[in-house]
Amino acid sequence: MLFELRDVSLDRGGRRVLDAVDAEIPAGAAAIVGPSGSGKSTLLRLLNRLADPDAGTISYRGRPLPDYDPLALRREVSLVPQLPALLEGTVESNLLYAARLAGREPEVERCLRLAGLAAAYAGRDVLRLSVGEQQRAMLGRALAQQPRVLLLDEPTSALDEAARDAIEATLAELRRELDISVVLVSHDPEQARRLSDWVVRLEEGRAVAAGPLETVLA
Amino acid sequence: MTAAIHVSLGQVAASLALVVLAAAVSRWRGADLERDIAVATIRSFVQLTAIGYAIKLIFEANSIWLVLALLSIMVLFGALTARGRAKKVPGAFWPLLIALAAAGASTLGLVVALGVFEATARYLVPVGGMVIGNAMTASAVALNRLGDEVADSRARIEATLALGATGQEAAAPIVRRALRSGMITLVDSTKTTGLIFFPGTMVGMLLAGASPADAVRLQLILLYTLLGSVAIAALVATTLAHRNFFTPAQQLREPEGEAFESAPA
Repeated sequence: MLFELRDVSLDRGGRRVLDAVDAEIPAGAAAIVGPSGSGKSTLLRLLNRLADPDAGTISYRGRPLPDYDPLALRREVSLVPQLPALLEGTVESNLLYAARLAGREPEVERCLRLAGLAAAYAGRDVLRLSVGEQQRAMLGRALAQQPRVLLLDEPTSALDEAARDAIEATLAELRRELDISVVLVSHDPEQARRLSDWVVRLEEGRAVAAGPLETVLA
Repeated sequence: MTAAIHVSLGQVAASLALVVLAAAVSRWRGADLERDIAVATIRSFVQLTAIGYAIKLIFEANSIWLVLALLSIMVLFGALTARGRAKKVPGAFWPLLIALAAAGASTLGLVVALGVFEATARYLVPVGGMVIGNAMTASAVALNRLGDEVADSRARIEATLALGATGQEAAAPIVRRALRSGMITLVDSTKTTGLIFFPGTMVGMLLAGASPADAVRLQLILLYTLLGSVAIAALVATTLAHRNFFTPAQQLREPEGEAFESAPA
């Protein structure tokens, strides 16, 4: 199993955001679905320890998350947040920063291509990119670290339909080209159907279903 | 550099005419500050008279220990005051206390070691007061900015942490801007000094009958000393305080009582 969650609970501001979540996520392409406010993004953040649960345990490849060095874990399990948040500078400087953190050889052109951006984007100032282009630059930056797992938080929620289709095509292509697992958060069950083969469904902080796509989203 | 003039209580009383003018302006235009002006006038009289007697006693005793005790109290109250301006920074008190102590000790130590001032109460108390006061303002401004910037940039900080950056690396651009904002006011006012305003020490010395050359030189020494002290204070405060935003597992701490939720889709 890629991730195993046992009895995972988390409170924020006196509200129970995650309530005794039990779920397994295998390697491959998985989706966490559910309505707004069901705890999807919070759950995703726990998977690379941007936050820790108040109770319960999460394991990654059979070892509890706190056993990993958090910095090494985040370079291996890379989270791309819902809203783009690039560092000031060019697209290339963002990719180089990420590659340096992970101790990887910078392969700017290849990462841009995988993220669906032409090589000419390398020198562009991030402030001059559209939201869709920023989203792709975020993806390219994550790929520059050569992670084994990508955690994607609503990767298309800020985009129009055409841009959404393009990003979805990019993600499908990515899965074909790289040996990489993807855990995707989406409020849209149709997107989960298009991009994943394992689904965890959350409602009001509880995992109400988890399993192969065809059984959960039948 | 010593000069002596005598100011009578009558002269002080005469200057109250300007306070009456201020109160009249407030009343006339409905600024509703008359009560505050009265409180400010009375408090300034009482506080300054009290500190005047305290300084007189300290000058007469001329004990280095008494001076150190007074400066320590200034550092303590400075840190408490600055903490009130840095409410968004968790655990701001200790970084501020250390920042003010470091700024005061290093700048005063240096000017004494370089022979600029003698290590006597007559120099250390007033210069120390200015050094600590300016260090307090600079570190309060820097931490206020740091708190605001972290609150505004949570998404970017977390996105950088998500790449496996340490909290220190993720906050580096913000710490740089906070440090800059703590220092910029004094740097700017030092640039324009003499053109747009006459600094207080120089004015005081001129009024007290010192030669303009002496007044200018002492003012320059103080300005340069203050530049050093605000740099040290802002540096120490931001360096120590920004760590408090992160857990040992390099997570950005939640602001009190707020849930993380994704933006509405």
